Amino acid sequence: MRVERREDISLTALLIAPFAAIAVALALCAGLIAMAGVNPAAAYAEMLRGAFGSRLAVTETLTRAVPLIFTGLAAAVAFRARLWNIGAEGQFYIGALVAAGLGHSLLSGLPAPLAIALVMLASMAGGAALLVGPALMRLRFGVDEVVTTLLLNFIVILFVGLMVEGPLRDPMAFGWPQSVPVAADLRLPDLVPRSRLHIGLILALAVAALVWLVQSRTVFGAETRAAGLNPRAAAFAGVPLTATLVKVALLSGGLAGLAGAVEVLGPAGKVTTTMSPGFGYAGIVVAMLAALHPMGVVAAAVFVATVFVGADAMSRATGVPSFIADVIMSVSLLAMLTALLFTTYRLRR
Amino acid sequence: MTEAFDILLNASLWAAVLRIATPLIFGVLGALVCERAGVLNLGIEGIMTMGAMAGWLTVYWGGDLWTGLLVAALAGLLLGLLHAVLTVVLGLSQHVSGLGITLFGASLSYYLYRLWVQVGDLPPTIEPFQPLHIPGLSDLPFLGEAVFSQTAPTYLALLLVAVTAWVLARTPLGLALRMTGENPHAVEAQGLNPVAIRIGAVMAGSALMALGGAFLTLAAFNSFFPTMVQGRGWICIALVVFASWRPGKALLGALLFALFDAFQLRLQTTVEGVPYQLFLMAPYVLSILALVLVARRARVPEALMQPYRRGER
Repeated sequence: MRVERREDISLTALLIAPFAAIAVALALCAGLIAMAGVNPAAAYAEMLRGAFGSRLAVTETLTRAVPLIFTGLAAAVAFRARLWNIGAEGQFYIGALVAAGLGHSLLSGLPAPLAIALVMLASMAGGAALLVGPALMRLRFGVDEVVTTLLLNFIVILFVGLMVEGPLRDPMAFGWPQSVPVAADLRLPDLVPRSRLHIGLILALAVAALVWLVQSRTVFGAETRAAGLNPRAAAFAGVPLTATLVKVALLSGGLAGLAGAVEVLGPAGKVTTTMSPGFGYAGIVVAMLAALHPMGVVAAAVFVATVFVGADAMSRATGVPSFIADVIMSVSLLAMLTALLFTTYRLRR
Repeated sequence: MTEAFDILLNASLWAAVLRIATPLIFGVLGALVCERAGVLNLGIEGIMTMGAMAGWLTVYWGGDLWTGLLVAALAGLLLGLLHAVLTVVLGLSQHVSGLGITLFGASLSYYLYRLWVQVGDLPPTIEPFQPLHIPGLSDLPFLGEAVFSQTAPTYLALLLVAVTAWVLARTPLGLALRMTGENPHAVEAQGLNPVAIRIGAVMAGSALMALGGAFLTLAAFNSFFPTMVQGRGWICIALVVFASWRPGKALLGALLFALFDAFQLRLQTTVEGVPYQLFLMAPYVLSILALVLVARRARVPEALMQPYRRGER
């Protein structure tokens, strides 16, 4: 038996891959759940109930999926061009900080929709700026952007801490380090009454569709793909590599920054140093499970949100540590990476 | 200014430098061994976390401290094997696989810790490595406190720098390893197996990384808590570039970095009116600056991040 390269990427394998990866991850993690003395099937049933068992659960899961769609898109567009943006966590926080900074007073004279749009654009600019730096450092000095974007995450979170304990501190929070709340008329309207689900979900879906359109129908989309597949061939074919990578960095950083803005204007209402349970890193898992496809990102984000919201409920009911959600996610990522191999290679007797 | 001098002339600063540098020395050596064989190992952050947890848990369950280090190294070997299977055997993206290993190593550590350890208001503690008293040397003025009052793993780290440098530069194994990182086809032509060499290098390197993590829980602190590795792994990845993939320079880089870190920690307590976060940011900013300054001149192993498949060019 040997491994042989396929002539074309197998679409069937590509469609099956995420489901196979998730199945493998759930099977392996069943062992970990059993170690806690809990029946894995019962635990997974509890997770599903926790994520979809009631109107409230469904809205919570979808609320959790919104930032994951944005950070998933951020990773997907960057990875497609082989720009390894691992800094979505930092870009999320910059976006959140900008939204909280502008949102509490400065723009309150403007009509709400205009003010909200301006806040979001500013947050996107913040996130984009944070990624253009590492992209340029790679292009100019050959510095691996994985390391710089990772290190920037730590710097940005410390900076957020500095701001919420200093200039943006909420004096009404009893010494709790959080920013002053965003003006009420800048908050995103609810999508479902008596829930935390807000119209950010519609925005996320629209942005995913837009990214898909840009990637499949524009010259920029074609150039991105070419730059990612084979930079030398792309350059030979006249693709401006530097400009393409910078544009990708702007888009990817902007999407992660938008995630932060939507979270602050939506459910959070303010910025704190603990507001993200790893949205940036989870975005990488989302993008990989989606095989970097923008519409797949939406589905993968809902899956990851299900695991997180469901695991919290399951943990409360059974006592299995809720860190199982992170384990499921990381194993899905590794399994998906392996599964993707079979879209380009096959086993031959 | 005089305050800064006072800090520099204090032996306790230099003792702290060696202590802070120790996990970085283990980590940077581990990353260096992997990369010299041609494999980027971004699993380092998760492998260090796993080492910290596995080592601590062994001692918490009654093992002695050296057994703790051994178990940590074994845990590192296993995660290294996983990374090697994915990146060397299957030839998958070293970036994505490494990040996956980091997420997996960290989350599995937290999960198992929560599963097996009852955490009250404060995390449970163990009796960590104590500073060794070396007759004669430890009693020297200044040097005794600054250099010769460290815990045993610190001396182990320094010893491993010499061993790694010697193996890489002077032994057939080291030559084969370096050649695998430069030109695996040439290794194959010599009748050696580049795949086996890479797997071995990634496993050995990962074991070193895990020792760095174990130092945190078995010597620097006495308990395990989530996020305790705090980006030290990423800093090691930056230090390898800074060191141009040389063990001696890696030691120098780790010491310089630790000096800076120990210095800023002390400045934090003497300088008032500056937010403490600015001091905490400094090490990360320094790492990025070091990368920018050095990356241009760095001589990267020729075949780094290039998967090797037999009979494929």
